[in-house]
Amino acid sequence: MANTRDIRRRIKSVRNTAQITKAMQMVAASKMRKAQQLALSGRPYAELMNSVLAHCAVRCDLEAHPLLEKREVRRTGVLLISTDKGLCGGLNANLLREAAKLDRDRTRIVTLGRKGRQGMARLGYHLVADFEMRDTPGIAHSKAVSQFLIEEFLRGAIDEVEVVYSEYVSTITQRPVRRTLLPIQRLRRLSTRLQGDSEDEEPALESPAGEPTFEPSAAEVLNALLPHYLHFQVFQCYLEAKASEQSARMVAMKNATDNALQIVKDLTLQYNKVRQASITNELLEISTAQLAMA
Amino acid sequence: MPLLLEIVTPEAKTFSGDVESVVLPGAQGEFGVLPGHEHLITGIEPGELEITQNGQKSWLAVGSGFVEIRNDRVAVLTDMAIRVEDIDENAVEEARRRAEKAIADAGHPDEAARATLQRSLAQLNVKRRRRH
Repeated sequence: MANTRDIRRRIKSVRNTAQITKAMQMVAASKMRKAQQLALSGRPYAELMNSVLAHCAVRCDLEAHPLLEKREVRRTGVLLISTDKGLCGGLNANLLREAAKLDRDRTRIVTLGRKGRQGMARLGYHLVADFEMRDTPGIAHSKAVSQFLIEEFLRGAIDEVEVVYSEYVSTITQRPVRRTLLPIQRLRRLSTRLQGDSEDEEPALESPAGEPTFEPSAAEVLNALLPHYLHFQVFQCYLEAKASEQSARMVAMKNATDNALQIVKDLTLQYNKVRQASITNELLEISTAQLAMA
Repeated sequence: MPLLLEIVTPEAKTFSGDVESVVLPGAQGEFGVLPGHEHLITGIEPGELEITQNGQKSWLAVGSGFVEIRNDRVAVLTDMAIRVEDIDENAVEEARRRAEKAIADAGHPDEAARATLQRSLAQLNVKRRRRH
């Protein structure tokens, strides 16, 4: 039977671990709130963009734009948004399971986040680019990624662009999803909702009021607008993936803390038993010795 | 009749308030907007945005984007908007140098560095012009 000193030492170490995971849980919770807030503060931007887009859409021939054009798909570019760090439960495993469904020969992978890069390289996919993740997501950063995708698409290196990321359903549920980014299939209203963000619910662009003047022309405004539309979409995916990561981490860390505290409880019980046993033993020895002397 | 100016980026609403006039860096040159402007949608280039509010002029560095002018409401949609007072020249200069170095070192177009470079240059231009 283990001696009391060993058990005491283990209790101390487990308690320390619990303290660390508890702290990580708090940090993840605050980062998650920040990512959610950031996603929501994009709402005025989304509304304005919807309005401008609606005006453009009624004025130009949407088929003619290269970013809207459907081509025969020989190669698909896939943006995989994962996480840099682990300790977030099954998040990346689920994400990679979804990504592994992709065709190995026809897919070109662009990764955002180290875990995705490592996973896809291990699975034997063809990686074309890897972008660093930032702790605080910014549009300038995500724009670099979307700009790269647009250029590859226009250059003809890839014929469609998809994004795979963890959708934020709720604090305890994140679901890997796959969506098409390019060609832009139909102009949807940009939404900044995080929860239950399903594609079917989003209403089409509402028809605009008024007859604005375009300078220089509606087509050219649309030309310049579509990349921004895409940048914004990628930015929102990025934020959502971030929120998912942090909430997954928060839950994982909460479980770890709970488990550690359970272990502390079990060990304390064991410690008391051992202590009691050794006292009983000593008493027994003393009384036996007394009896023998008498 | 004042003009309502709103500047939004994907990250935040940077400015919202009544102004007398605003000068925007349009895709085809700078243009000023006064109350009573016609309904207009146009693109803007990275550059300088000048606001006249209560007779006081102030400036912002903005990135590329769009503007919709309608019913005396000017809605600016851009990926960057920083007040000239908030531009930290040293930090931006540092960022510019780092970005230039990254581009030179990489030997291939580094999108992230190029974006940083563009942003820094736009900020520096505005800051330097407005100091004198």
